[in-house]
Amino acid sequence: MGFWSGFAIPTVVIVLQIVAIILPLLVAVAYLTYAERKVLAAMQLRQGPNVVGPFGLLQPLADGIKLLGKETIIPSGANRVLFVAAPMLTFLLALVAWAVIPFQAGWVLADINVGILYLFAISSLGVYGIIIAGWASNSKYAFLGGLRSAAQMVSYEVSIGLVIITVLLCAGSLNLSKIVEAQRTIWFAIPLFPMFVVFFVSALAETNRAPFDLPEGESELSGGFNVEYSSMTFALFFLGEYANMILMSAMTVILFLGGWLPPLDIPPLNWIPGVVWFALKIAMVLFVFIWVRATVPRYRYDQLMRLGWKVFLPFSLLYVVATAGVLVAFDWLP
Amino acid sequence: MAFLDRTARSFFLAELVSGMGLTFSYMFKPRATINYPHEKTPLSPRFRGEHALRRYPNGEERCIACKLCEAVCPALAITIEAEPREDGSRRTTRYDIDMTKCIYCGLCQEACPVDAIVEGPNFEFTTETREELFYNKEKLLANGDRWEPLLAANLAADAPYR
Amino acid sequence: MIVHALAFYLFSIVMIASAVMVILSRNPVHSVLFLILCFFNAAGLFLLIGAEFVAMILVIVYVGAVAVLFLFVVMMLDIDFAELRGQVMNHLPVGLLVGVILIAELLVAFGAWSSAPGASGIALAPVPTAEGVSNTEALGRIIYTDFVYLFQAAGIVLLIAMIGAIVLTLRSRVGVRRQSVARQVSRPREEVVAVRKVPTRGGV
Repeated sequence: MGFWSGFAIPTVVIVLQIVAIILPLLVAVAYLTYAERKVLAAMQLRQGPNVVGPFGLLQPLADGIKLLGKETIIPSGANRVLFVAAPMLTFLLALVAWAVIPFQAGWVLADINVGILYLFAISSLGVYGIIIAGWASNSKYAFLGGLRSAAQMVSYEVSIGLVIITVLLCAGSLNLSKIVEAQRTIWFAIPLFPMFVVFFVSALAETNRAPFDLPEGESELSGGFNVEYSSMTFALFFLGEYANMILMSAMTVILFLGGWLPPLDIPPLNWIPGVVWFALKIAMVLFVFIWVRATVPRYRYDQLMRLGWKVFLPFSLLYVVATAGVLVAFDWLP
Repeated sequence: MAFLDRTARSFFLAELVSGMGLTFSYMFKPRATINYPHEKTPLSPRFRGEHALRRYPNGEERCIACKLCEAVCPALAITIEAEPREDGSRRTTRYDIDMTKCIYCGLCQEACPVDAIVEGPNFEFTTETREELFYNKEKLLANGDRWEPLLAANLAADAPYR
Repeated sequence: MIVHALAFYLFSIVMIASAVMVILSRNPVHSVLFLILCFFNAAGLFLLIGAEFVAMILVIVYVGAVAVLFLFVVMMLDIDFAELRGQVMNHLPVGLLVGVILIAELLVAFGAWSSAPGASGIALAPVPTAEGVSNTEALGRIIYTDFVYLFQAAGIVLLIAMIGAIVLTLRSRVGVRRQSVARQVSRPREEVVAVRKVPTRGGV
């Protein structure tokens, strides 16, 4: 075990793998913004971006260049270090979680034992970017947005945790690849359909998406936590939000929609590589994210809390107990 | 029974699903909007856009400096100064419209006895500086010369209803 | 192994430094943020000794939930910390006394500590043991069999604390108007909306 074979070459390989994950992810984030604008436009009988490039396909690039070219304004009363660190943290956390996502059998950067806990931990850290941004901006709107997001994300994490426990009971492992493999007979979305819905709604709340986008609340908080942000600091928040959306969709797919597995294990379907299935399923979940945004108006804050604590929490708790009971009664524990 | 029905509906998210169905059905309907800079919607002959000062067909400017428009303007956007010309006719020496003040109410063109000041069909006259929106007499006359065919047609189309 | 040692010293130094900063920083929000950094490094240390389950739970529970609530409260506080600091001299003797006693007791306790033979070898192993039992499973087996009563007792203590907090803060006020979602949803359309054909100039 020399320096090269023991240390340098594995490092280079890992860096290349990271690049191979991050680059497609960033392209996906850019085109998710485009897709969102197009789908929203279609549902609202509008055109959507269609001027930059064919069908407006270069719009994300144009937006990126525009944001890069703008001036970063740091308010004079702001806490400079935290103000700049908050968007970086948001973006970083959205990327760092991808280390444990299995794209296909064996296609995973770090196949750790507690993959699902790692994902849960990272997604629960996402609140810090927003709350620090809200505090460091030294602005009322931003602060209110930060407080809202703190309360909201902590509340919905509880039900997400219970949903994850239900899935773990059925899968019998904390490893994401094994959770996917456990769905070879049937996707968990079918036996655990209510939990699937709870998870999806909580994912909406966790990513601060409509109808739970109160931290932003542009109609009452004029932009909420990111009201003081401009240029690339804003862009990082923006990219972080969309990367988080993709991450939560990936989590939904892994936990409930059978990850990279084809819908039916029959020849024409299982010739397609698993990573394509995985991407297709993520795209489908993302479409629902956008579809919900086009349909549902924003929740009022007390209704949001009521839904989280008085509806989802008891319901998912009950379902955990029921699932455990059924699994033990029929001796189906994996 | 009604209670059971309601409970079942709320548990199966009936309202939510029907709402989602509605938005989805709209996805494939024809677009209500147009490709604005490339396509435009038709404008009424009464459309009140950018101002213009018109001339008679022989090239003589119509405005007789009666200052009715200046008097009627609710936003005080019009400033007129006048003195007799060499040939003895009464003409303006200054006719300014501050387009940043103008509210496009159309009272000036209603007040004008000779159809000199009119609001034309042009609404795309954005500028990069504020100063460019302080229109003077040359600018307004130039507008009139540029849009005259349309202005005359619009006035003729609207005439039967006055 | 050298990477392992380097990582250990990095985590532990940053952890101690941030723990000191929790006390020393003037801004309470900074204190909480340093506390979070401290938790993180503790999680890193757990990872190094192969206790990945404990590490993740530490991050989820303490960083993801408890510290968020700390931050939430501290941000809302409007305390003049400079003034509080002025009174520090009054409380210093008692604080110092308690601190010295605590350290002395810890020293006595650790002085009498002897580890089982071979324990240091197990503790240094960076990966789960080779029998194929992940430490999640191992923890579960111990907690739910040998220590099940203690585990349940801990749960009951937490439950009592939770109920106590709710009882202390719950006020029953009179004259509060509350939203009843069930009643709102169950209102039939006929009661709420009436579509009328209004004649022109006739009024309703």
